[in-house]
Amino acid sequence: MNLNPMEQFAVKPIFGLDKPLLHIGSHPIFFTNQALLMVIVAVASALFLSLAVKPGALVPSRSQSMAELSYEFVANMIHSATGEDGLKFFPFVFTLFIFVLCSNFFGMVPGSFTVTSQIAVTLALACLVIGLVIVTGFMKHGFGFLKLFVPHAPWYLLILLIPIEVISFLTRPISLSVRLFANMLAGHTMLAVFGGFVVALGSAGGALSILSVAPMLLIVAIMLLELLVAFLQAYVFAILTCIYLNEALHLHDHH
Amino acid sequence: MELAAAKMIGAGLACIALVGAGIGIGNVFGSYLSGALRNPGAAATQTTNLLLGFALCEATGLFGLVIALLILFAF
Repeated sequence: MNLNPMEQFAVKPIFGLDKPLLHIGSHPIFFTNQALLMVIVAVASALFLSLAVKPGALVPSRSQSMAELSYEFVANMIHSATGEDGLKFFPFVFTLFIFVLCSNFFGMVPGSFTVTSQIAVTLALACLVIGLVIVTGFMKHGFGFLKLFVPHAPWYLLILLIPIEVISFLTRPISLSVRLFANMLAGHTMLAVFGGFVVALGSAGGALSILSVAPMLLIVAIMLLELLVAFLQAYVFAILTCIYLNEALHLHDHH
Repeated sequence: MELAAAKMIGAGLACIALVGAGIGIGNVFGSYLSGALRNPGAAATQTTNLLLGFALCEATGLFGLVIALLILFAF
């Protein structure tokens, strides 16, 4: 039996599609378990949200109120973080939030695959966010956007502060992606390690087998914590997107 | 062989990052509680900041984990 806790993160071609689907340049493209989960997440969330609000009932059903609740939740979040003119980014932030949330939750299903535990996915999402922030900033302020890197300070401090501001802006995609990736990776590794304890104790025989109930109960508790983390990280990803967009929209002044 | 041992030690040392994360998370929730008990009326408005601070603190500890993984698997 393979008890390697890192094995669950392996990206591999599925459905026996060992031959690449297509080539980009000389680089082969496979249909992997990660791609499958991303398709499932995108289709499932889009289907649920569109079917849930279809009836448009005045007194919403359970699924309709879930969809409306998530809509209001994200709308309130954007409004409180960026103000009125941030609401035009609602579709982007909502899509991002739902995608990350559903990826995290689908990953919690035992035996499935966590899309957000791959740095490639989270870094792509984070680069998308920072790219949007930069484009928004230049479209709204022109080259005045560069004032973002110049805080209100005496000139001799600016020599020190401007490089710091530039570096902190440029490391944002890294910290944004590593935060989500590392949280998911650490959580799922921890679950797998405790799962290994159960197997090792259970196969030891005698009184030790009975003891294996203890790590099993612990897994249940950690699972609950991981569900909280799964939601929290999606929320943090979305709210940090809002905060970065707010800086691009309003530079230093408060809305 | 020595390289393998050094890798293990280095990966273990990277977990010292958890000290800072632990202090930080304790500080976030401790400060929130002491503030919330003084002024319970304002407590509900600050849950966003609480969760944000918690997540940011936790992430700094996890950067240590990333370093450990880099040492173990990337080099």
